[in-house]
Amino acid sequence: MDINDLRSVFTLILLVTFIAIVVWAWSKKRRADFNEAANLPLNEPEAPPASKKRGESK
Amino acid sequence: MSALSQSSTQPYNYDIVRKFTVMAVVWGVLGMFAGVYIALELTWPVFNFDIPEITFGRLRPVHTTLVIFGFGGSALFATSYYVVQRTCQVRLVSDGLANFTFWGWNLSVGLAAISYMFGYTQAREYAEMVWPIDILIAVTWVAYFMVYVFTLKNRSQPHIYVANWFFVAFILATAILHIFNNMEVPVSVFSLKSYSLHAGVQDAMTQWWYGHNAVGFFLTAAFLGMMYYFVPKQAGRPVYSYRLSIIHFWALIFLYMWVGAHHLHWTALPDWTSTLAATFSILLLLPSWGGMINGIMTLSGAWDKLRTDPVIRFLIVALSFYGMSTFEGPLMSLKSVNALSHYTDWTIGHVHSGALGWVAMITIGSFYHMIPRLWETKMYSDRLIFVHFWLATIGIVLYISSMWVAGIGQGWMLRAFDEYGNLSYTFIETVAFLKEPYAIRAIGGAFFVAGMFLMAFNVFMTIRKSAVERAELEAKIAAKMAKVAG
Repeated sequence: MDINDLRSVFTLILLVTFIAIVVWAWSKKRRADFNEAANLPLNEPEAPPASKKRGESK
Repeated sequence: MSALSQSSTQPYNYDIVRKFTVMAVVWGVLGMFAGVYIALELTWPVFNFDIPEITFGRLRPVHTTLVIFGFGGSALFATSYYVVQRTCQVRLVSDGLANFTFWGWNLSVGLAAISYMFGYTQAREYAEMVWPIDILIAVTWVAYFMVYVFTLKNRSQPHIYVANWFFVAFILATAILHIFNNMEVPVSVFSLKSYSLHAGVQDAMTQWWYGHNAVGFFLTAAFLGMMYYFVPKQAGRPVYSYRLSIIHFWALIFLYMWVGAHHLHWTALPDWTSTLAATFSILLLLPSWGGMINGIMTLSGAWDKLRTDPVIRFLIVALSFYGMSTFEGPLMSLKSVNALSHYTDWTIGHVHSGALGWVAMITIGSFYHMIPRLWETKMYSDRLIFVHFWLATIGIVLYISSMWVAGIGQGWMLRAFDEYGNLSYTFIETVAFLKEPYAIRAIGGAFFVAGMFLMAFNVFMTIRKSAVERAELEAKIAAKMAKVAG
């Protein structure tokens, strides 16, 4: 096995990763989350929530 | 500058956004004017005036640097800082570091432009800066990355809106491209001259890996970040398909890095590299058009806005040009088409269909949306926005169509043979042929610059209006306070 086999395997891994991303993006489970995210720019307040402190974890 | 700076007690850091917005307009006017000037020089060489500092060879990188990095770069800093704060609902993590990116970036652009005029260049296209400026840019860029990523980390709600994904990819990719393309050894600490660490065809390959990804990540992905925020915002409805935007994003990320070699067809580059680059360029058609459709369809159900809202017009026309140039690009990356188009003005036409049609139009639209919100007022004149729209559109059409004629004509003339197998045209005949298209190109460019001057005026008057309104408001409040106290 030389380095070119590894390169081919890596390309295949990337292809499979991409297909996995497509499947993930189209899965029903993501729909609600995506809807919420898509509406972010429309529902944004003019100032950040006051309670939120810098560096605090979510 | 008092209208620019406000106290740091504001909920969001709009200060930095305002500064970058103003500089984007300033660099845009200067850079595009430089473009028109060199277009005039190509048509009528008398415009050189025999002054070395303003000859075409020196002003051309000044033009590209001012428009790509000055105008485009500042616009991206402005909009990305605006979008990340609003969609993450958190203030930028550090005002100091953000200010550092402002001064670092503008200093780099200014120094680069001046150094080119005096002949200091490392002669790598779109990366002509000599090594000290390269280092300044790298440091500035790392600061940008830190500000952005740590602001994202501080966000006050769970999602990272898709526009931010595009911005992060752009910042990260640009850092990698900049550093690897500028690996060089200075002749001495006191010399601006340096030599590249790469050699021969690998050097060319690295240069165009950088060059095309500057297009892919700087001029496309980043401005798509702008598109995914400002189009839904201005249309008042969410993006047509959020999951399509995610596929758009990942497909661009997986594909763009491979295509740079299509700039080097029919050279010393191995054939398989050329073919690979052309293949990936064709593949790019799919996500590009997916993204374009996603943007345009966001307006579905609100098409009437195209008639009444000049900002929407800028945004939608920008998307149309995005679609057009991402169709033309893959076409030109085919080896057979490239044999005709390469080294002709078709390439210049293609670049400007992307740069003026897509990059500048989406920026201008986003700015007309953002500026009134930044300065808490209305634009000084909506009429002028309409006029700007038409000037820009007519300018682009004149520019692109004249370059098609010039490029395709030139390409056919250079490959025409007579019945004995001799070249039908001498080189100087192809140059003479270019004169009229060059003149029309200069006129098209002048239209576009006229629009930018209008924008600069409109923005200036808007800022002044905002300052007057604020002063009036403060006077009113002061009068009321005095009454209460008395």
